Amino acid sequence: MNDLRDLYQDTILDHYRQPRNFGHLDNANCAAEGFNPLCGDKLSLYLRVRDGIIEDIHFEGSGCAIATASASLMTECLKGKSQAEALKLLKNFHGAITGVLPVGDLGKLEVLAGISEFPERVKCATLAWHTMKAALENNQVAVTTE
Amino acid sequence: MKLLNRVSHYDDVQLQFWRSDFPILKTKVHGKQLVYLDNAATTQKPLTVIETEQEYYRNYNANVHRGIHTLSQTATEAFEAARTKVQHLINAASPNEIIFVRGTTEGVNLVAQSYGRSRFQANDEIILSQMEHHSNIVPWQILCQQTGARLRIIPVNTIGELQMEVFESLLNEHTRLVAVTHVSNALGTINPVNEIIDQAHQRNIPVLLDGAQAIAHLPVDVQELDCDFYVFSGHKLYGPTGVGVLFGKAALLDAMPPYQGGGDMIRSVSFENTSYNTLPYKFEAGTPNIAGVIALGDAVDYVTSIGFEAIGEHEQALLSYATQRMGRIPGLRIIGTAVKKIGILSFVLEGIHPHDIGTILNNQGVAIRTGHHCTMPLMERLGLPGTARASFALYNTRKEVDALVEAIYKAKEVFKL
Repeated sequence: MNDLRDLYQDTILDHYRQPRNFGHLDNANCAAEGFNPLCGDKLSLYLRVRDGIIEDIHFEGSGCAIATASASLMTECLKGKSQAEALKLLKNFHGAITGVLPVGDLGKLEVLAGISEFPERVKCATLAWHTMKAALENNQVAVTTE
Repeated sequence: MKLLNRVSHYDDVQLQFWRSDFPILKTKVHGKQLVYLDNAATTQKPLTVIETEQEYYRNYNANVHRGIHTLSQTATEAFEAARTKVQHLINAASPNEIIFVRGTTEGVNLVAQSYGRSRFQANDEIILSQMEHHSNIVPWQILCQQTGARLRIIPVNTIGELQMEVFESLLNEHTRLVAVTHVSNALGTINPVNEIIDQAHQRNIPVLLDGAQAIAHLPVDVQELDCDFYVFSGHKLYGPTGVGVLFGKAALLDAMPPYQGGGDMIRSVSFENTSYNTLPYKFEAGTPNIAGVIALGDAVDYVTSIGFEAIGEHEQALLSYATQRMGRIPGLRIIGTAVKKIGILSFVLEGIHPHDIGTILNNQGVAIRTGHHCTMPLMERLGLPGTARASFALYNTRKEVDALVEAIYKAKEVFKL
């Protein structure tokens, strides 16, 4: 039960019910689609990048609490960051939720650290992040978690 | 009243006997007693099936249909005895109509590639339903790409039943085959297969039934049904994975070309000309899953010793108890409320995604399936990304339904609903 409380913290439930930066982004210049064929979760990610800086970032789609909250928190964290910083954060975040790296300085994302106790949910949490990477690399192929 | 109590007590004792046949049911998950409600995905195996499989490898492991030595003869006899057991289970006219395959999926692919590919051409039509599992959709799509045939789809109504009036209108002079599921894996609906077969046969159209979800819960009589093909997997019938059955009417199977080439399926081979073996071996190329087939035979013995009347009665009582209890949970909606159902309860919970329900239930020791259940077209029809699904088998109890209900309340609590 304690593990469950760590997983479904208030912040996560809040971002699930009221996702931030949700909806299409006009004048986006990077976009990608993510899909988790195992559970059917889908999301579209839109970014406006200028001079290597993520000026704005939006997402839309449907998913579980973990996938939605992770996408929402990611958009909050990445706004104003450089592409290099975004990719570094992906690496640190992935390391933390798979238990490979210490939680360290994840800032807001620390609320997602409880996922390390639920390995089967790592795919949910990383869907938005892999999609972000694909969008920045201008990879037109839809991302899947499989 | 006293009599009723006695009956129910007797049933509980009986149920505990059945449960004691399944060693895995003693497992603990997250410190809680396992409540296994994912039987539509795969059933657990009774000890006798596990031991039968082991016994083959320990005592008489040998290839079948080849050797003249004792072990090979013993293995061949056990292998062919399993075929006869399956024949009797579904009341096929001959053991030659029982083809051992890897599972339902391979059975459907075999019919598509052998029967369909040698006959179908552009503008021919294959009728499927909107509630099919992907394994009864994709093999036909591949066949359509190869032959130019087209799929026609029987729609499903809002409670999860086939719209039979549309089915009738889909049948026409282009229809070459009807392939539908006997029971829906996502909703539990028992389809009116007698009526489907009747209507198709009036136009001489053969019918394939996907029996994956029916075989462990309903008595199946292929002669009474008069279906042309019937496919199912062993692992959903308390048997091992990697083995399944294709039943086909002998006349149809005889006229079909082989599906795969190899050993055992031939009579003689030369580089100029090869002649094929007779049924059923024509469709069983290569060394089969011998241990799996023999253990499946044992699983058939196991279920028939309990009997489908007892199994059906128990599972229907459980379904009706669970439907009542679940129906009282605020915010819970049961998906699939057909009049005729087997023990499958698909549901959605307002404010909690099925995937999150699955995680929280698992934390309470309750194993269910969540997602689209390999029925994406059906989920789209119902306007859902997926559902949570509890599915019952002969060993499930009312107490386990109570644990499921309690775990759902726990999920609501975690989500502060």
